Amino acid sequence: MSALTRWSLVGATWLIILIVLILPPLLVLSEALRDGLLTALQTLADPDALSAIQLTVEMTILSVAINTVFGVLAAWTISKYRFPFRGVLVALIEIPISVSPVVAGLVWLLLFGSQGWWGAALDRYNIHIAFASPGILLATLFVTFPYVARTVLPLMEQQGRDAEDAAMLLGASFWQILWRVTLPDARWALLSGVLLTTARAMGEFGAVSVVSGHIPGMTETMPLHIETLYNGYQSVAAFTMAALLALMAMLTVGFRAMFENRARRMAKAGGMEA
Amino acid sequence: MRLMAEAIFSSLRRKSDPLPGFRLALFSTLLWIGLIVVLPITALVVRPWQEGLGAMTAALHDGRMFAALEVSFLTAFLAALINVPIGLLLTWTLVRVKLPGRRIVDALIDLPFAIPTAVTGITLATLYGPQGWLGKPLAHLGITVAYSTAGIVVALIFVGLPFIVRSVEPVLRDLPPELEEAAGLLGATSWQTVRRVVLPTMLPATVTGFGLAFARGIGEYGSVIFIAGNQPFRTEIAPLLVVVRLQEFDYAGATSIAFVLLAASSLCLAGVALLRRRVARGLITGID
Amino acid sequence: MPSPSLRPLSRRAFLGSGLACAGAAVIGSSHPAHAATALLNLSYDPTRELYHEINPAFSSHWNPGRNGGSVVVRTSNGGSGAQARAVLEGAPADIVSLGLARDIDMLALKGLIAPDWQKRLPHNSTPFNSTIVFLVRKGNPKAIHDWPDLVRDTVKVVTPNPKTSGGARWNYLAAWGWALHRQGGTEANARQYLDALFRHVPVLDTGARGATTSFVQRGMGDVLIAWENETLLAARDLGPDQFDIVVPSLSILAEPPVALVDHNARTHGTTAVAQRYLEFLYTPEAQTIATKHYFRPTDAAVAGAGTHLFPAVKTFDIASLGGWADVQKKHFAPGGIFDQMYAPHG
Repeated sequence: MSALTRWSLVGATWLIILIVLILPPLLVLSEALRDGLLTALQTLADPDALSAIQLTVEMTILSVAINTVFGVLAAWTISKYRFPFRGVLVALIEIPISVSPVVAGLVWLLLFGSQGWWGAALDRYNIHIAFASPGILLATLFVTFPYVARTVLPLMEQQGRDAEDAAMLLGASFWQILWRVTLPDARWALLSGVLLTTARAMGEFGAVSVVSGHIPGMTETMPLHIETLYNGYQSVAAFTMAALLALMAMLTVGFRAMFENRARRMAKAGGMEA
Repeated sequence: MRLMAEAIFSSLRRKSDPLPGFRLALFSTLLWIGLIVVLPITALVVRPWQEGLGAMTAALHDGRMFAALEVSFLTAFLAALINVPIGLLLTWTLVRVKLPGRRIVDALIDLPFAIPTAVTGITLATLYGPQGWLGKPLAHLGITVAYSTAGIVVALIFVGLPFIVRSVEPVLRDLPPELEEAAGLLGATSWQTVRRVVLPTMLPATVTGFGLAFARGIGEYGSVIFIAGNQPFRTEIAPLLVVVRLQEFDYAGATSIAFVLLAASSLCLAGVALLRRRVARGLITGID
Repeated sequence: MPSPSLRPLSRRAFLGSGLACAGAAVIGSSHPAHAATALLNLSYDPTRELYHEINPAFSSHWNPGRNGGSVVVRTSNGGSGAQARAVLEGAPADIVSLGLARDIDMLALKGLIAPDWQKRLPHNSTPFNSTIVFLVRKGNPKAIHDWPDLVRDTVKVVTPNPKTSGGARWNYLAAWGWALHRQGGTEANARQYLDALFRHVPVLDTGARGATTSFVQRGMGDVLIAWENETLLAARDLGPDQFDIVVPSLSILAEPPVALVDHNARTHGTTAVAQRYLEFLYTPEAQTIATKHYFRPTDAAVAGAGTHLFPAVKTFDIASLGGWADVQKKHFAPGGIFDQMYAPHG
């Protein structure tokens, strides 16, 4: 390859990177800091902003915890046992990845909205799911459902079940096997899946937007509050919140890249031992 | 469905597997998949027919719905198409050229995955808006991006880019550079090498990336609505029309659009999965 | 393998953590028990700034010692129809303040609000009103002075979707009323006028605020049809020398009413506080705040002090068009006049 070709390729790459990938985060920062750092930080101290941050953190922790437990169980079930229609289960787990976020919110309204199947019945018992935080949790659970299972599954399949069979012969119970034999080996993949779930959960907009009542201070998560601020012409506040949310998500994804490299290296080393 | 349940439960009863915990593990897996995925998707598939045939035909005669679906499919297709050369170029320089700042570029590629869609939305709308860093110079050239179809495409290029790069990258990494060198030794020009050796090898992975980006683009909401302008029949995307129909209290209309979106993206992903399996089986080798 | 001293996660611990998750979900879903009483006011779009000021005023007006505990009022804003739907879907609003009576009637139909709600407070339960005017670009480059100018060839009009936005219905009805009341106006040519008008609408946002954003910040269109308060606010805050307000020869008296959501307030035990909040809206203090945000006060004394803010407008009211029930059925119901003409390009 001639030097000219090489440098024009490099130049073109960096130009694309600059326009497509570097300008947007720069703009977020510059808009957030337009009136100075102090103003930006003050907008975060607004009670509605604080409540949005709190709700996002709560919803993220809950959905990550629940989906991690069930994701690991699902991956274990599918990879360690033989039973018919395992492929169908894998396909079902993958469905939410391809579903439009708006549809992911709508499905819960079809169940729990006032015109939904059970909405009116639950309303009689004063149980509110749509337009309240349980609805937000369900939407987030749906959207982030596949990530843990899908990251852990390939690794567990690769593990086979020799170690598990050996542990079983030694008299270990189900939980002992899962907790002490399978998971220690899969911990990097698990961590990677958990972090991916975290990043998705806190940034989800479309699905949550459909099931939330957009009530500031009550059912507004950070992404929804960003929209409210933006539509209310509070550009600095909107971009400050956006910067905070983007930073949280980018850190999470950054950690994941770090651990993933580590996991890859471990897998390589393991392969060499074998 | 019933057949499947019977088969699974008969294997439950058999208890053939000596590894403990099968029942508990299978039960909780089925329960969770059932509650979080199967139940809501069933509601979506069943609901349109519940309102009766009349509501369904009315929904299917809605011109605005077809226009919105057309906008979504067309822009998603265009964006995925534009992403192919951009993505291939980025991947190529990332893998083959000693790119200055390679690690930074590698990390930046994942940025659209990491940034929440609402943040992407307001950022792109401001960046390409009439007063924005890019919007203003473009306006001088007579190009409007924000609040037009072009804006939707720009947003979808941003969210779709990582899909192409991350699909093609492993294939290119596994392709030994010696192959290209050999082609060079045999007298092929570098363009011929790229066209005859490299591109065909990367074709299945590129199609996979394209399919993933396209499927994501059809359903994308948060990053698009701020920059789209949202004019019915022109720049209104299908997911937004779902939301508008819900606001109009028209569940039948919303559900029928959602149903089409779900079917389209599932078909896309099924196609990608099929392609992957055929590539894995060696039915498509790429090098002819 | 980890050392045996590491205790494996027991089944009980596992179930326990699962229960804890579920428990946390339930706790997370119920409203945390604040010491203060919380009221939720679901409102339509252009009142963001208004209630942002009225709510704290009410809280400080409220005497915690005498009435027991302090009060915090929250407001959520959105398209009027969308907000009504949110309440129908179960949004726990104690109070609604919507763009038009029809949206509150819908809640009354479903039994959430007493049927006689509009009689429970003065002035048809409308503490402040407004009208519909035009916002144009500075210097009025397209020379827009009245309704007929909106359907000239090159004019692009921004107005939100009447199906979801209360403001948009007022806009639509202001145009309809003018077309009917003009010399030689008939229903047939009023329909023709509206038909022509909506052919000039390039954006149909779901809420009034979205339409203002389209016009003001995205630079779309030549004229925005909007609430008078929204245009005055936009002209003041968003670009003092970028916009002019044009008052048409005839417009509609737009009455955005307020109501107690009886069902929800009963459940929350907030009926008394919510009632006081609604009454507070009629006090000179709240009326003065409203004037500051360009809502026309109903309190005669406050109105007298604020006349210089508001241009004189000749208006007709909704009753002269037959009332909301008729208007809704005729124009905005599925298959109504709006649906018939808003099958654009077809």
